Amino acid sequence: MFGILRTLWLTFLHLGHRRVTVGYPETRPALPPRYRGRIILSRDPDGLERCVACNLCAVACPVDCISLQKAEQDGRWYPDYFRINFSRCIFCGFCEEACPTYAIQLTPDFEMSEYVRPNLVYEKEDLLISGTGKYPDYSFYRVSGVKIPGKDKGEAEREQPPVDLHSLLP
Amino acid sequence: MTPPPLLVIATTLVVLLGLATMLTWAERRLLGLWQDRYGPNRVGPGGLFQAVADGIKILFKQDWIPPFADRPVFVLAPAIGMMTVLLAFGVIPVTALWSIAGDLNIGLLFVFATMGLGVYSVVLAGWASNSKYALLGGMRAAAQMMSYEVFMGLSTLGVVMTAGSFGLRDIVQAQAGLWFVIPQCLGCVVFLLAGIAETHRLPFDLPEGENELGAGFHTEYSGMKFGMFFLSEYAGIVLVSALVTTLYLGGWQGPVLPPALWFAAKTGALVCLFILLRAALPRPRYDQLMALGWKVLLPLSLLNIVATGAVLLLRAPG
Repeated sequence: MFGILRTLWLTFLHLGHRRVTVGYPETRPALPPRYRGRIILSRDPDGLERCVACNLCAVACPVDCISLQKAEQDGRWYPDYFRINFSRCIFCGFCEEACPTYAIQLTPDFEMSEYVRPNLVYEKEDLLISGTGKYPDYSFYRVSGVKIPGKDKGEAEREQPPVDLHSLLP
Repeated sequence: MTPPPLLVIATTLVVLLGLATMLTWAERRLLGLWQDRYGPNRVGPGGLFQAVADGIKILFKQDWIPPFADRPVFVLAPAIGMMTVLLAFGVIPVTALWSIAGDLNIGLLFVFATMGLGVYSVVLAGWASNSKYALLGGMRAAAQMMSYEVFMGLSTLGVVMTAGSFGLRDIVQAQAGLWFVIPQCLGCVVFLLAGIAETHRLPFDLPEGENELGAGFHTEYSGMKFGMFFLSEYAGIVLVSALVTTLYLGGWQGPVLPPALWFAAKTGALVCLFILLRAALPRPRYDQLMALGWKVLLPLSLLNIVATGAVLLLRAPG
């Protein structure tokens, strides 16, 4: 009996408590930087596309919403087209984890509603941003041993010059 | 000066139906506040027009009667529910002059008679739906309302004995010195509990216990027929609150403010209590509900009658 009255009283006191609800369109929710929202493709510090079209994101994607095709130019790989079907995407972030070049990243933006379903298919132009995203200094071609114009083998950061095999002979 | 009866009837109808409609919103809003949410707050200022929006929506719903249902009874059941609740309001004295039936000398009995008829609405709805959840809900409602009606009547006898009348106006006027809630506190608590069970509101809403019965007796109802059940439930809350106000809280009596306002304030506070009960308490098991009724509340109300009678006899002159 006392328990019931106490329950009533305590529930009544909740009238003065702070509301949990965030009145969304007026009050914006405070999203953490690592919130998994709209997917973007970032560029390296030189302004070139980071994506090397390795297809790992497409493989990691559990709902198969990523589709891309490799193209090549001057030794650099880049996606010919890169398509994410956001009507399928579940924002799990596996693509971001799989990406070896920090190219694909999830951002704290979720306002991407559309009235027409095909509008949810984002092409490379829609996905590419002009900045570097969460990793400002990283550039894949600067640290990798791949040869591109202006950087020969052995010239990458923390990379030894290639060894002439023939000089190693006894 | 007595206001013309037609004016009283029209005002009561409009205010009551409007109130029942707005209560659907007020309840959701209050529940929200008590659960650290906001509740519906988008339509109109503070969400005030939510009830209107819901009303428009429910009016445009397809009016569907299941092919296996007993058509005439199925249609009749919600109307009975609404009718009995509205009828009971006929004798409630809002102020000394403002009451549809005037000073009916069997006012309280009339209220219990109409409330007793209200059981038919629920039982017939459950029966006519011709499906098992609805039937189970209807049967539960029948047993619950019958058994709680027994001591709902008995619990008010203390009031009737003290006031010496069944007329609700006389009862209110007998509380000029002291509200009956103090000498009749036992009866008041029992009446309130019985009133909750009678309107099958939480925590005694076993006839429509969602997690067991779908929606109980109104499982098969949709559209405005469901809305009718809904409205009559809210009107029932207002009715029981108004009854408690009349019987135990001194009706329209109170200092400074006009009588109608006192009546409205007391009734409103009780309606809020009803909603608070819903927000705070879990639903008991069905056998617990019956046990509470027959083993605790019935003896308590009988005890109340005996004690009141003894006191009255001792105080009687000569």
